[in-house]
Amino acid sequence: MNELKELTWQGLWKNNPALVQLLGLCPLLAVTATLTNGLGLGLATTLVLIGSNTCVSIIRNWVPSEIRIPIFVMIIAAFVTIVQLLMNAYTFKLYQALGIFIPLIVTNCAIIGRAEAYASKNTIGKSAFDGFMMGMGFTLVLILLGGFRELLGYGTLFDGANLLLGDWATSLKITVFETDSPFLLAILPPGAFLGMGLLIALKNVLDNHMENIFAANKKSKVVERARVTTES
Amino acid sequence: MNFKLASSPHQHVRRNTGQVMRMVILALLPGVLLQTWFFGWGTLVQVMLAIITVVVTEAAILELRKKDFESAIKDYSAILTAVLLAISIPPFAPWWIVVLGSFFAIAIVKQLYGGLGFNVFNPAMAGYVMLLISFPVQMTQWLPPAGLAQYSHNFNDALYVIFTGFSVDGFSIAQLKTDYDGVTMATPLDTAKTAIAQNLTYSESIELPIFDSLVPGIGVASSWISLGYLLGGLYLIKQKVINWHIPVGMLTTTVVCAIIMSIADSDVYPSGIFHLLNGSIIIGAFFIATDPVSACTTNKGRLVFGAAIGFWVYVIRTWGGYPDAVAFAVLIMNMAVPLIDYYTRPRTYGHSPIKTNKRGINDE
Repeated sequence: MNELKELTWQGLWKNNPALVQLLGLCPLLAVTATLTNGLGLGLATTLVLIGSNTCVSIIRNWVPSEIRIPIFVMIIAAFVTIVQLLMNAYTFKLYQALGIFIPLIVTNCAIIGRAEAYASKNTIGKSAFDGFMMGMGFTLVLILLGGFRELLGYGTLFDGANLLLGDWATSLKITVFETDSPFLLAILPPGAFLGMGLLIALKNVLDNHMENIFAANKKSKVVERARVTTES
Repeated sequence: MNFKLASSPHQHVRRNTGQVMRMVILALLPGVLLQTWFFGWGTLVQVMLAIITVVVTEAAILELRKKDFESAIKDYSAILTAVLLAISIPPFAPWWIVVLGSFFAIAIVKQLYGGLGFNVFNPAMAGYVMLLISFPVQMTQWLPPAGLAQYSHNFNDALYVIFTGFSVDGFSIAQLKTDYDGVTMATPLDTAKTAIAQNLTYSESIELPIFDSLVPGIGVASSWISLGYLLGGLYLIKQKVINWHIPVGMLTTTVVCAIIMSIADSDVYPSGIFHLLNGSIIIGAFFIATDPVSACTTNKGRLVFGAAIGFWVYVIRTWGGYPDAVAFAVLIMNMAVPLIDYYTRPRTYGHSPIKTNKRGINDE
């Protein structure tokens, strides 16, 4: 149980693939123009991560270490193809919106990184859970960044959620403010880089803050130093 | 007796940052006044809005960073940024444009990198580029210069247009933009670029009313405003606030490029004097590229830096998507500053020239 808690903490915060490892930045920066796009790509990546971690963990004892990377990549590619075909079938509009970035999940270093660093050394259950938590951490950052950019750029949230979740989700759209001239910088790539930088800065600030609180609590008793010489 | 020890350079007249920045602002005055004369009171309103925004932003962020904000504001660097940004944007742009741009310039481009002396990019130009790519419509609403416009406008009109979008008499900015023929007017560079793109020759394009000035091919307002900034720039060089290397490098390169291309095909490529006196190249050369923080620090480096900016200005003006390019060129070259500084290190007095091998590493 403790192990699972540790995996959750590592995936969502301490070792977050997007904020700390800075892996998979290409899709992260390219598709987060809206919250829905971010959520869609995050879920696709999570599915691939769970699948690939499980499979790599199953075969970990039979894979010769010299050719493990090509094998891992083929497993990942198989799962990406499955996800791509599923999205093509059930969320076609979103599939078109995300475009090349769905097949590019294969090259997301976060996935091969987890396969190599965790799944190839641990049991099936733990590996699957690790994949899920890492995927959730990645998805969370995609949602935050997508929401931030969509809010600044268009003044809306959840625009186009029906592409992912079905027609009922059209009512999810929240218009925070009306604008005639969208803030293009937030929607264009520079906005992604700036937003990502601000998110990382925010995480570091929170970490420092927590550390200071812990340090203040743990402060051991200070021994007063008695001055034995006179003031010089 | 108390002998004060100070490191070189030993100047007789010690100038602090505040004095230098105030001199630069003073040198901008002739140009700013001419710009106000030609484009109306909007320019001064924008300058005031920008100054208020930068002072508030700078104070707030320095307070967050737990630094002394009084001395930081007294060094006038933020105010100079505000003035440069405000005179770059169209005088009648809505108020939130200049507020957003100034906030971005100070908060993101300057303070997030560590404040004065640490910013990689020129804050005013980064703010301008942010506005230009974000709000292309508002950022291209230049009015026709005084004397060519159909409707005149006074100080109240400027305030009304900036804050509500309509003048006192209810004219929208689109109506104010029309000239005496009732045709909407573009800036000289834009006019020539569009005309040439429509298969007019360069000599035909400069017969349009906006070029109706003393020298053929120069916009009515831009020639006088450019001369105003040139005057201020020469004053700065005389006062040794800036060196001649960057302006000379930049202006020469643009003009040489223009002359070569116009010899090759004078129907399509405008002349050197056209590039020199239209657009923002003069103010860019003397006031923007010479920013002491984000420019090169060695004299040889400054020449290279200026020349490269001049080159990019010509390339983007001629083949790029935007009519003018000083802001883009300065930002591109800001990125190259560490590299240029590295390869143009001056020889230390008493030492032989630095020998570097192919990888640029000192052999000794």
